[in-house]
Amino acid sequence: MGRWVALEGTEAVAYAMKQVAPDVVAAYPITPQTGIVQAFAQFVADGEVHTEFLQAESEHSALSACVGAAAAGARAMTATSAQGLALMWEILYIAASMRLPIVMPVVNRALSAPINIHCDHSDSMGARDSGWIQIYSENAQEAYDNTLQAVRIAEHPQVRLPVMVMMDGFITSHAVERLWIEDDDAVRAFVGTYQPACTLLNLERPLTFGALDFYDYYFEHKRHQVEAMRRAKEAILEVAEDFARRFGRRYALFETYRLEDADVAVVVLSSTAGTARVAVDNLRRLGWRVGLLKPRVYRPFPDFELIHALRHVRAIGVMDRAIAFGAMENGGPLWLEVLAAAHRHDLRIPIANYVFGLGGRDITPSEIEGIFTDLMQIAERGTVTRPVTYVGVRGEMPLPTPAEWSLWIPEATMAGD
Amino acid sequence: MAATPLNLKVLSEKPTPLSGGHRMCAGCAEAIIVKQVLLAIDDPVVVINGTGCLEVSTTIFPYTAWRVPWIHVAFENTAAVAAGVEAAYRALIRRGGFPADRRVVFVAFAGDGGTYDIGLQALSGALERGHKFLYVCLDNEGYMNTGIQRSSATPRGAWTTTTPVGAAMPGKLQWRKDLTGIIAAHRIPYVAQAAPTHWKDLMSKVRKAIAMDGPAFLNVLADCNRGWRHDPALTLEVTRMAIETCYWPLFEVEDGVWRLNYRPRRKLSIVEYLKLQGRFAHLLRPEHQDLVAEIQAEVDRRWEELLRRCGEPV
Repeated sequence: MGRWVALEGTEAVAYAMKQVAPDVVAAYPITPQTGIVQAFAQFVADGEVHTEFLQAESEHSALSACVGAAAAGARAMTATSAQGLALMWEILYIAASMRLPIVMPVVNRALSAPINIHCDHSDSMGARDSGWIQIYSENAQEAYDNTLQAVRIAEHPQVRLPVMVMMDGFITSHAVERLWIEDDDAVRAFVGTYQPACTLLNLERPLTFGALDFYDYYFEHKRHQVEAMRRAKEAILEVAEDFARRFGRRYALFETYRLEDADVAVVVLSSTAGTARVAVDNLRRLGWRVGLLKPRVYRPFPDFELIHALRHVRAIGVMDRAIAFGAMENGGPLWLEVLAAAHRHDLRIPIANYVFGLGGRDITPSEIEGIFTDLMQIAERGTVTRPVTYVGVRGEMPLPTPAEWSLWIPEATMAGD
Repeated sequence: MAATPLNLKVLSEKPTPLSGGHRMCAGCAEAIIVKQVLLAIDDPVVVINGTGCLEVSTTIFPYTAWRVPWIHVAFENTAAVAAGVEAAYRALIRRGGFPADRRVVFVAFAGDGGTYDIGLQALSGALERGHKFLYVCLDNEGYMNTGIQRSSATPRGAWTTTTPVGAAMPGKLQWRKDLTGIIAAHRIPYVAQAAPTHWKDLMSKVRKAIAMDGPAFLNVLADCNRGWRHDPALTLEVTRMAIETCYWPLFEVEDGVWRLNYRPRRKLSIVEYLKLQGRFAHLLRPEHQDLVAEIQAEVDRRWEELLRRCGEPV
């Protein structure tokens, strides 16, 4: 049997890593990820895990060492944040293209400049097309569970792709939460042993890894990579199913909250989904039919399933903790993705974007209530007039309040008033 | 098992880990050096190769010239990849995933661009961490794979496409970086400088290097006739002259002790080296006399410094 513990998000992930007991962990400290490498180094020092722990001299080298280790047939992990992920950029693509099942917890932090150590998603969103599977976690429990599942997903014979497991910097990484951890034996049985398809250390069958590939083969290799990413969706669900069977906690491509009968819905990743749930409950108490969809898997993007789940609503608000500079309306990446998915699957409803929380700026339930109010007005109008709203920024036009909504539609009186 | 004796008859019968049919240039020293390094090793070898001529010319998919396990990841991270492979090897032995009695030698090859410049940080980190591997720098004194650009290994006065010779510039202005000295300062068990002309010296150094319990580094002068501008048939002549002029001394640093491995009977003028190569052709013009004198003085200064370090009479 497992047990309840109180751990910080980084400690929860380090504990998952200890239970997975990778052959090689190569990492580099960076705020707010540092807690992971520190805690893991302590497990190694205490002899609780027999991993070759290598503190590299940079994140670039940390991931490079993971690539070498994984190619050699080892289960390899690293972890990083922000600038560290940016420094890994070149090797992110190589790890994915070489089809190496490296697992990397990423503690989301804003990218410089200006330098900032707090949460936003500009780091991992920048890596969204690098060929890694991306899974976002709302809290320490999810970060722990997702880390365990990531190992299975990455090594799935139909996938063989690296996986990033995200948690929000400080909000999740540094907050102590109550979570359930499983027994070492149960985790070991769940993750199994890494069975590489081919390894550098197979001396009987010498292989060449990372050959030069020109116009005559490169494209086919990229096409194979697409297939792996396409098959990942099924593998993620298969692993989630086995996880639920063993441990009772159920995961999917995304999670919904009071969405079934909702008129308007918010789509938001990670810890903010927790805040949004409070806003949903507050407004539901007023009789508003509002709901929430929290994507768990961002790569591969569950476009069909997500649009199917949102098909009945009258307006969607996509909350982004990152900006895709220069993209349409300078909106966020999640919004662009949802818009494209809606178009692809013939969903013709207004979809507005709310960029929030950059550099760790707080987002409150009342601000999210403002977003829902805005969405109610959009649903009523049937059209989006302000495609992108930067929430909680000085000088920006503020969002309407629920009280204003009752003025806007007089019959929509506030419950209890 | 006794080590294969280092004699040409025996070595010529040993299968080469790098097969023929690769696409290295005619007269390329790198192919010679790689064979010398790998033939010196009797244990199974895994090769980690940084981006560069050797990598692109030997592994054009779907072909490979490598008969041993080989990996290439990127340009600046050869030592980091080697560290990961070596860490995996130790981890797999520990968990019974690899036979504990099976010795494997990890050899990294990278050029001077990938070692002196962009890969220096990764190399320094891997050396400090003490991974057991041999790093061989194939030093052809420039970015030859991209078409002859200057690196920090390019000598002063040399023409390259980014240090062209013109009315205002006599080629590269700066002295070359003393990488072997920098690596020696890491106090790793074994550091040496070698050249393919002195193959027995080179191969003995490889054997010493891989016997060490920790990282070892070999800096090998790798003549590039395309970049140095000379007849491809002259590769070893030019290399020999680098040694006879004391431009490229052969020495080793074993556990901190410096030892000179070869001392020319009569140290030749640097002009004997310069005049063989088109990249220095402009230096032989009268207006660059002073620069040649400066180069000679710097070669002398570095040579004498080395003699003193090695406890040799100056």
